[in-house]
Amino acid sequence: MGRTVIPIGPFHPLQEEPEFFTLTVEGETVVDIDVRIGYNHRGIEKLSESKNFDNSTFVVERICGICSTSHPFAYVRAVEDIFPVEAPPRAKYIRTIIAEGERIHSHLLWLGLAGHFLGYNTVYMWAWKLREEILDVMEILSGNRNNYAMFRPGGVRRDIKAGDIPAVLAKIDSIVPTLEMIKKAVLDDPVLHARLEGIGILSRQQAIDYSALGPTSRASGVARDVRKDSPYGAYGELEWDMIVTSNGDVFDKAVIRILETFQSIRIMKYCLEHLPEGEIDLNLGEIPPGEGIGHIEAPRGETFHYVKSDGTNRVIRHKVRAPTFMNLPTYKSTVVGYTISDATIILAAIDPCYCCTERIAVRDTHDRKIFDGNDLIRLSREKTERIRRKLGYR
Amino acid sequence: MTREEVIADLQSRFGDDIVELVDKSHNRVYMEINPRAITWVGTYIFRDLHARFNIASATDMPHHMEILYHFTIEDIDLMVNVRVKLPKDAPKIHSLASAIWALDWIEREMHELLGIEFIGHPDPRRLLLPDSWPEGVYPLRQDYREWDKTAVRDRGV
Amino acid sequence: MSMTLKALLKSPWVFHLSTGSCNNCDIEVLDCLTPRFDVERFGILLAGSIRHSDVLLVTGSCNRMSVERLKKLYDQVPKPCLVVGIGTCAGSRGVFIDSYNCPVPLDHIIPVDVYIPGCPPKPEAIIAGVVKLIQKVGNG
Repeated sequence: MGRTVIPIGPFHPLQEEPEFFTLTVEGETVVDIDVRIGYNHRGIEKLSESKNFDNSTFVVERICGICSTSHPFAYVRAVEDIFPVEAPPRAKYIRTIIAEGERIHSHLLWLGLAGHFLGYNTVYMWAWKLREEILDVMEILSGNRNNYAMFRPGGVRRDIKAGDIPAVLAKIDSIVPTLEMIKKAVLDDPVLHARLEGIGILSRQQAIDYSALGPTSRASGVARDVRKDSPYGAYGELEWDMIVTSNGDVFDKAVIRILETFQSIRIMKYCLEHLPEGEIDLNLGEIPPGEGIGHIEAPRGETFHYVKSDGTNRVIRHKVRAPTFMNLPTYKSTVVGYTISDATIILAAIDPCYCCTERIAVRDTHDRKIFDGNDLIRLSREKTERIRRKLGYR
Repeated sequence: MTREEVIADLQSRFGDDIVELVDKSHNRVYMEINPRAITWVGTYIFRDLHARFNIASATDMPHHMEILYHFTIEDIDLMVNVRVKLPKDAPKIHSLASAIWALDWIEREMHELLGIEFIGHPDPRRLLLPDSWPEGVYPLRQDYREWDKTAVRDRGV
Repeated sequence: MSMTLKALLKSPWVFHLSTGSCNNCDIEVLDCLTPRFDVERFGILLAGSIRHSDVLLVTGSCNRMSVERLKKLYDQVPKPCLVVGIGTCAGSRGVFIDSYNCPVPLDHIIPVDVYIPGCPPKPEAIIAGVVKLIQKVGNG
């Protein structure tokens, strides 16, 4: 049987960012995948070198829109690690609140996109509508729906007013019933179980070999989460559960993200209700020479920043590593061996944020393009339909 | 193992190849080694100490090229950062990518952005830069200069 | 502009493409299609393919690799087609103006009809921008 090569991307309407995947297919089975990134490479590490420590915070916020807070958080922790020094308690709690708010909106976004790829457009609309409530919360707390600009080395830039907290808590509480409904709808749906279980499996050893991060590794039984392993912010001071499963398939990754959303709500509410008094900034002044590392748990996994300073208040070297950089190579193990109908959802399962990392083609051996990204989504939805009919749903 | 045991173990095992070990803080250790030892030190920390590989940062320093391999031993919250210093005129080091899958992409990135050669890398293609980017021009080097005559860098006002 | 364009803009089909963006603007564009903002009630639909689109929504700071694709895609769009540059990056590259991988701004590559500044612009701003475009075309 001849091999066919399928390109997905780089511009395709539902995948927000340009990316280039090439799938090699024998019949219906994927036998190889190649990923070409670079469509979002904007040279941020070099840009940082021409800015001073405060300004770099704003550049890194624009590395990625969805996990926009994770980068400044890791960066300011890296700068503080040069001394090393810890931000004041109130700042730590505020940082945690913002980071968890982002986690909620990011997971809801993913849920919506996954629903869209599978043909559950209602889930897409519900999840994104719910997301708007969280964005309202972030707007009350920070002034903007995205790009909160709350971080600075040594603390946070803005305080949370006590008068805002009741409204914020009420809004957070208001999304819980719908979230419960979505959780039940996903966990109890036999069609989704049949559709997503056993698909795109990343084994435990593979997750370790790739140094996979975030829900991608926790779904494979590798219990790694920077918030537990190396507590920062308020995480060491409050009760919350790390969600770990062991099958490593797409269903597990979906379950983890849904359950993590509930944990994030728990953490956010605790921090808002127990916000300590005090200053919000250390007023660091000159950054001494040295090097520092900051790593935090973004919605997709560990975000890692390394900063080197020579005492002149400019960054000599700023290394940025987003979690998707470590998760994208896992495709070699999770897509290969499965069918093209499953390709879209397996690719979406690691929640790829290509802009952090810096888009799918299927071609036949005569190099004719036979499928594009749209076709693959259509194939994915058709498979969901087949499963529905087989299970007796109309 | 506790962090002191880990440090003692690394020192006794690789003593000859360790140039300097800096115990910076309770969760950061910086260890400079001889570049020829990267393969056995790297694989020991990854496999035997069950560390997770975070990433590698390469820097163009004034008199040498430096790579820092960052590993985290999660159980004791210790980050072991392995530093190697390479000569600027010929920055070469053995690739760890065949032994540790996690290093594949970052070595490709360090090669195309800084010009470091990873001997034995299984797939040394470009990762981030477009095909139209000229060979031998490494953007993260300090001596990088704008080569593109068509670039527009002012705001037009 | 032509009668065709005026007619098409009664229910514009938009195609969204990113030339190397942080994705914030892209999410805000998709937000416009979700229940809170819901531009579908104005007849604005997301086109499945660029060949069916009337309005191109472009985001991103024109990264080298994306620009090669952008030029090819722009040639495929049936003219007349309007281009909306969404976000500060599409206007002038914003904070990425000195980036080695973002050499020229969008309007040096394809003609842009409307700029919607913001980082990211809120969905209200995006809708207002598209409406301004439709009015501008309607007024000839």
